[in-house]
Amino acid sequence: MLEFLLSPTQRSDVWLVIILLGVVTYFTRSGGHIILARFKSIHPRVEAALEAVPAAVLVTLVVPPALTNGPFEFFAVAISIIASLRFPPLLVLSIGLAVVIAARQAGF
Amino acid sequence: MSRTNLSRSRTDFLDGFKQAAPIVPAIAVFGMLFGATAVNSGLTAFEALLASATIHAGASQFVFLELFGFKAPVWSILLAVFAVNFRHLLYSASLSRHMSAFVGPIKYIAFFWLSDPQFGASEQRAERQGLSIAFYFGFASFGYPCWLTGSLIGTLFGALINDPRALGLDMLLAIYFVTLLMGFRSRPNWLPVVLASGVASAILFKYLGPPWHISLGAGVGIVLAAFLGKPVKKEEADA
Repeated sequence: MLEFLLSPTQRSDVWLVIILLGVVTYFTRSGGHIILARFKSIHPRVEAALEAVPAAVLVTLVVPPALTNGPFEFFAVAISIIASLRFPPLLVLSIGLAVVIAARQAGF
Repeated sequence: MSRTNLSRSRTDFLDGFKQAAPIVPAIAVFGMLFGATAVNSGLTAFEALLASATIHAGASQFVFLELFGFKAPVWSILLAVFAVNFRHLLYSASLSRHMSAFVGPIKYIAFFWLSDPQFGASEQRAERQGLSIAFYFGFASFGYPCWLTGSLIGTLFGALINDPRALGLDMLLAIYFVTLLMGFRSRPNWLPVVLASGVASAILFKYLGPPWHISLGAGVGIVLAAFLGKPVKKEEADA
């Protein structure tokens, strides 16, 4: 087993590596719950921290693509943020995507 | 199960299904890109599909292909994929507080599908009307088959999508995440958390690179939230 882990990935072992990667990924998906379930009560600060997880993660998935793709992609994200204050998600998605497609069709 | 419960479940399932609809094109095309890249990296179609079915986490699957291409040792591939998927630990810690309806093994089965969009949509649902099993699996049962179908098509006709960029598909998920992000703006300390994590992720992305801008960037906002505590309750106490 140790030799398997330390040696370069062999063509014939790929299927086994893929299954192990599936197990590792499942562990990351259930692990937060398993760790949290060990505690009987949740401290208010931990509660506040967990309450912040969705916004804290989602913004990190938005910022790099907004900043690294070009001015129109940045504009599309900015417009989407403002539009989200008034309009339902599907309309916001259409507006943002329309900006990106229009800019790229125009050759930017 | 009573009749009202059954119709409630059906409505919830359809709600989840509908919620997934706008991002399905992006999921399918992302799957196609993976399938095409996998076959070009020397994997068989079966192995590519096995990866999409078991790992089911796009970004980390590309990391796997990259490292497999270098003939990297097995342990380093396992560690890299763990690092890229580390953020999911936060997802299950946060979402499990809203999963009281998920009894026994159902919770552990559900975690298999806890992807980025699944997490965002489920948290939003929990915030608005509570998270049911039917909603969760309604969302998963649209996205997952589309991910697999996309992967399969990619292995067969990899060269077909010659310009996903022109269709804006690389930005579709980012804009979808904007709509989810804005949906949480009534939560306590939303703005300071978003600003802290947003700035941190930009800096980390530039100097440390992916995937750490996600876990560490989010970590900055989460620590700030813990530090700020619960101002809502404090105000109530003061008043």
